Amino acid sequence: MPKVGWLRVPLVITYAFLYLPIAVLVVMSFNASKTPFIWTGFSTKWYGELLNNELIREGFVNTMIVAVGATILATVLGTLLAIGVARYFRSAIVEAYSLAPAIIPDLALAIGLLALFGMLGVTLSLFSVLLSHVVFGMAFVAAVVIARLGQTDSSLEEASRDLGAGATTTFVRITLPSLAPAIIAGALLVFTLSLDEFVIAFFTDGPSTPTLPIVIYSMVRFGVTPEINALAALLLLVSFTIVLSAQRITRLTDSV
Amino acid sequence: MTALLTIDHVSKAYGSIQALDDVTIDIRSNEFFALLGPSGCGKTTLLRCIAGFEEPDAGSITIDSTAGVATDLLALPPNKRPVNLMFQSYALFPHMNVQRNVAYGLEREGLPRSEVAARVGEVLETVGLTDKAKARPAQLSGGQRQRVALARAIVKRPRLLLLDEPLSALDRKVRAEMQLELKRLQHEVGITFVVVTHDQEEAMSMADTIAVMHNGRVQQVADPVTLYSRPANVFVADFIGDGTLIPGSAAGGTFTALGRTLPCANPASVTGAAVIMLRPEFLSITAVTDPEVVLEGHVMETHFFGGSSTTVVRVGGLDAPVVISSPGAPRHGVGDHVGMTWAAADAVLIADPGRDPGSS
Repeated sequence: MPKVGWLRVPLVITYAFLYLPIAVLVVMSFNASKTPFIWTGFSTKWYGELLNNELIREGFVNTMIVAVGATILATVLGTLLAIGVARYFRSAIVEAYSLAPAIIPDLALAIGLLALFGMLGVTLSLFSVLLSHVVFGMAFVAAVVIARLGQTDSSLEEASRDLGAGATTTFVRITLPSLAPAIIAGALLVFTLSLDEFVIAFFTDGPSTPTLPIVIYSMVRFGVTPEINALAALLLLVSFTIVLSAQRITRLTDSV
Repeated sequence: MTALLTIDHVSKAYGSIQALDDVTIDIRSNEFFALLGPSGCGKTTLLRCIAGFEEPDAGSITIDSTAGVATDLLALPPNKRPVNLMFQSYALFPHMNVQRNVAYGLEREGLPRSEVAARVGEVLETVGLTDKAKARPAQLSGGQRQRVALARAIVKRPRLLLLDEPLSALDRKVRAEMQLELKRLQHEVGITFVVVTHDQEEAMSMADTIAVMHNGRVQQVADPVTLYSRPANVFVADFIGDGTLIPGSAAGGTFTALGRTLPCANPASVTGAAVIMLRPEFLSITAVTDPEVVLEGHVMETHFFGGSSTTVVRVGGLDAPVVISSPGAPRHGVGDHVGMTWAAADAVLIADPGRDPGSS
């Protein structure tokens, strides 16, 4: 079949639209000039400046506390939720509701959480952000694990029982390993989502412990500096690495 | 010989569907036993009840443990039963290699490492997979996976091995090989096999005893020859092998159908609605003028298979055509008016109580 050249035009335009902002961001993070849009020479000084910025360092630490904590909790709870929904309820409605936090608007979830924390008298802090991130993170983990459970043969667990294993041994030696790729992929997903989550954190965070996205937001209000570009480029690098490795892990074990 | 496994009045319903209806079967030690029936007949449910993945609503299943003491299987969880199941999908653990899959069951028994390794090596040799010990299931062919599944089950040395449609996932050629292989292995390891299958040729060629099931009920338990030559009821006669069923009625020592008396074995054994079953190989075609002729009709089609041929004859008043098999090439053409004869001893008379005798 002859190649139709002009069909590539929309593809090129779409890719340009997608990646031009990212390209600008990354290029400008290496700009020597303080003025954001005029190129004066190559420099890595803004990456150095980042490390010296007290606000950003604090924000980074806060974000890591939230992301690591939320990832651990959401992975454990989301996996259990998925197994419960897929193996014990088998109800489309229960399944749909368990996945809802991943789909409902962040703003609605944020306001709801804020109202709930207020009602319960929970002081807003990093802990309340962490809990909030667990809510949607759990749903993402559950979604990935349920999909995997749908592909795995439940006779594997029966075979394990048949060969003399008790329920606990079967769960640890057969169920968990067959779900491992999905659990790891879900965990990495939660980590990247939590890392740059703004709306929910903005509503549920205490004033003295801003997460990194909130710090960036307050800095950007006075204009985009190359420093912010450098920070965004770093976040991009982290997210890309994690997403790619998640994909690789799922693909590696999918061949069974 | 006493029974190894006793299935006594077992019933199981799913809602309004009676999957097992008062099933009673004895399975003897070292027997190759087949549960045969169309899909949905309850054979797999029965197998899962024995393995412990389904619980019967009523009845008991006991296994003769050593020295004639019966053990109640239903009181034990699946992991404590002295039976193993080979799954239809094989259910090999994808994250373990062949060796680890086979060792899994022995490790659960807490056997010393050296014994586990020795027994795994031994069983892999039996099934001819020694060189695949380190391979993952995904790297094996269908036939090889089947043998791993078999090895994983027999390495436990169960009293009873249950096999759920063991050959259905294989293609035709491999299936024929594995039929022989299974039979050989059963002799070699001396374990009682219970195979579930919907394929009657498979059951007939492998099993010592076959239980034919339909609608959750056992229709007949017999060896393959008896099943073929003396079916206990109309369902078995229809399900097993090829043949023609002629409905009619029996009274006073004669069987009457199509307005005439047809010869059959033991005509006085049944009274009321009945059928006679005619196997293709016991029928012969003759000229219509032959005084021996019992039925006549017109040839619809003929098939030649080299060594033998079949002739399909349409008989007025019968819904299904009569199939006759004879050695050599067909001797009649389509449309010929032919007569048929059979020896009385070869026509099996079967009571058909479900049917109104006046209806045909």
